[in-house]
Amino acid sequence: MSAKDKRKNVKAEAEIGFVTTISFPSVGSAGQTGSWRIFKPVKNEERCNECLLCWIYCPEACITKKLSINYDYCKGCGICAVECPRNAIQMVKEEKQ
Amino acid sequence: MRLKDLPEEELFLQGSAACQGCPGSMALRVAFKALGRNTLLVVIASCISVLQSPFPVSALDLPVLNMAFASGGAVASGISAAVRRLKKRGVFTEEPTVLVWAGDGGTYDIGIQALSGAAERNTNFIYVCYNNEAYSNTGTQRSGATPYAAWTTNTVSGKQEWRKDVAQIMVAHNVPYVATASLAYPMDFYQKMQKAKSIPGTKYIEILAPCPPAWKFPSEATVQVSRLAVQSGLWLLYECENGHTHYTSGTARLIEGRSSAKPVEEYLRMQGRFRHLFSPEKDEKRVGEIQERISGIVESLKFTAKMREHIMDLEIMPRP
Amino acid sequence: MKIIDTANHAVAYAAKLARVEVVSAYPITPQTQIIEEISRLIDEGIMDCEYIPVESEHSAQAALIGASATGVRVFSATSSHGLAYMHELLHWAAAVRLPIVMVNVNRAMGPGWNIWCDHQDAIAARDTGWIQLYCASHQECVDTLIQAFRIAEDHRVIMPVMVNYDAFVLSHTYMKVEFPEQETVDLFLPELDPMWKLDLDNPMTHGSVIYPDDYEEVRFSMQQAHGNARKVISEAAAEYRVIVGNYHGDLTEEFMTEDAEHIIVAMGSIASEAKMAVKQLREEGLACGVVRIRSYRPFPVEELQRVMRGKRTLVVIDRDCSFGLEGALFSDVKAASYGHSDARAYNLITGLGGRDITYGLLAGAVRAAVEGKAETVRWPALRLNEHHLASKRGVEAAWQGRQKRSAS
Repeated sequence: MSAKDKRKNVKAEAEIGFVTTISFPSVGSAGQTGSWRIFKPVKNEERCNECLLCWIYCPEACITKKLSINYDYCKGCGICAVECPRNAIQMVKEEKQ
Repeated sequence: MRLKDLPEEELFLQGSAACQGCPGSMALRVAFKALGRNTLLVVIASCISVLQSPFPVSALDLPVLNMAFASGGAVASGISAAVRRLKKRGVFTEEPTVLVWAGDGGTYDIGIQALSGAAERNTNFIYVCYNNEAYSNTGTQRSGATPYAAWTTNTVSGKQEWRKDVAQIMVAHNVPYVATASLAYPMDFYQKMQKAKSIPGTKYIEILAPCPPAWKFPSEATVQVSRLAVQSGLWLLYECENGHTHYTSGTARLIEGRSSAKPVEEYLRMQGRFRHLFSPEKDEKRVGEIQERISGIVESLKFTAKMREHIMDLEIMPRP
Repeated sequence: MKIIDTANHAVAYAAKLARVEVVSAYPITPQTQIIEEISRLIDEGIMDCEYIPVESEHSAQAALIGASATGVRVFSATSSHGLAYMHELLHWAAAVRLPIVMVNVNRAMGPGWNIWCDHQDAIAARDTGWIQLYCASHQECVDTLIQAFRIAEDHRVIMPVMVNYDAFVLSHTYMKVEFPEQETVDLFLPELDPMWKLDLDNPMTHGSVIYPDDYEEVRFSMQQAHGNARKVISEAAAEYRVIVGNYHGDLTEEFMTEDAEHIIVAMGSIASEAKMAVKQLREEGLACGVVRIRSYRPFPVEELQRVMRGKRTLVVIDRDCSFGLEGALFSDVKAASYGHSDARAYNLITGLGGRDITYGLLAGAVRAAVEGKAETVRWPALRLNEHHLASKRGVEAAWQGRQKRSAS
């Protein structure tokens, strides 16, 4: 929910109906978690032999099975770089704007 | 089966509230791939309660019931009974898998009664304990799973007692399937989850979950620490089907002599929670005690494996 | 079908009539007969239901939550320590918004193992969000249990309901009960239509972290559900009266209140003694009446305001104590009638741990109140007997012995 949506509060002392703690599946449920990153994984396509270890080890499901990295949500933990048997992923310092 | 055979579909959605390098979300991803969409998930109070993200969104793309700390096994008994009813009524064509996901606090300590009860009733469900060896969610206090000598916020000079072994307690319940797993061996974990799915009755799977903030190691090392736990012989990978135990993956290699155990010191040194064992000087006594205990277990397993080659029919596997 | 049986056996059969699909329960005196009877009914093929013999009451309630969340009608029964042991999950069951129905056979709390009746157990669970209904006869137990599912499952409500009745006075005594036919119950109680459930086609997550910005509305929704329940309880009672034929009152049952100057308020089977007391007092020229609380939560605020208008005396009987204050029901009745009545208010805390309360004792206590000779809060049956004195003497002697030894 964006901050803008949050401001659209309903004055609700009359009948608010059935409100309980039910949530719905959503990508980016904790926001653009890519902003947590200090180091960024960068893939060297030539070295990669598509062993899929980075895919399965990524705690955040940010490396797809087709081995593209989603930087919107990648938190930069660095596991992919450490686990890559061919050193095909380097952690590079983020340049903050 | 190889990694490329694992399903592409993600039921754990990116952009969750998990910490960097979280073992919990990593384990959930593999488990979800093994079980698929036809799964009802119960999350017991733990980091998973938080990392699925706050109301009204969720990183878990399954029907999820968050439940109180001490209730894991029991809530599964309720869901499982209801599932049987709904199957009978034709609401479900295929019975969904009931999966309870709890931490070591919710399993070893406050939840062991409900788990034991559900196991004794042979409730049809899979119970996964992701064991990060402490109450990490509340800021790292000791649990019954915290290992000897480990720092936590309420064992500041190191825990004085040895951990208990709930996987073996579950073996003693005579449930059809008990297994241990490691994040470093995802295929082993995946196959165990798949096997659990295919067996009716109570299935208990425990996965060691090295937690970067609680164990005090950098977020990139979650898998490395997991692997060293197995390679040192400290964390044993096995499955116990109807009372028959066999060791798998890295642990099998260790027992069969295909690889030699790494010194546990290497594992301990990676983690800030054991820093007091090495700084300002090495605590030979406690490090020695830990190594001795592990070596004793591994040696006895090797011995039993050798014996087994000679006495095939005799079940004399020691409890790890 | 007419039988003569205990209330416990009767509610077990009522659960069958309600087509309960999952029962999970743990034995505790005086509830045990209910679950024994249910397992017999299932075993003999009379009841089509899953019975989960859980290992604790905490687990009993957890299993109910799980089963109800999966979308089936559920039932359990407990008592006293059992209710206390599941207290955490009473909160959970209410806030998770599931139509769980449970019997609580009202029994005293230990220590001092006392299996007999008082209301301390349910009163201590007052603020969990559960609807609490109290019965005063075997027939009412049966009828209220069937109505409880209707109330809980109504989409204006969706809250768990606790049906309370008194240990032994009702639970174990044999009385005549008439069961409605299954088809009649089916007419009154339609199939469960869950407001939400664990739905494979619509995955949703229930009960994760919720921040201060969002939480209060969840609680307000529960409060409004209780507000709606007032109407739904009355509707259920009225419709049950038409379809089945029995009626025991709405949120309250009133006895000779219309021309009364003095009102006794009571809950549970002790209301029968209160009615007897009223008859005696009326013969003596005191215009008394009884309001029996059937629904303790939601509390019958409007009913009490209406009844108490212009009355001279209010006497509230509590089979519980909110320690440090007074009887909990007394506080509630006073709060409800505040600004609507100038009646002088008196509280009788009595009948704790199954102490026998006669209508004569109640009549005497009410007369004293009417005549202005009573303390505001009285424990009218109180007396120190030989057992208390022997125990006191023993404790004092042991203490004095320790004093002497530490002095020497």
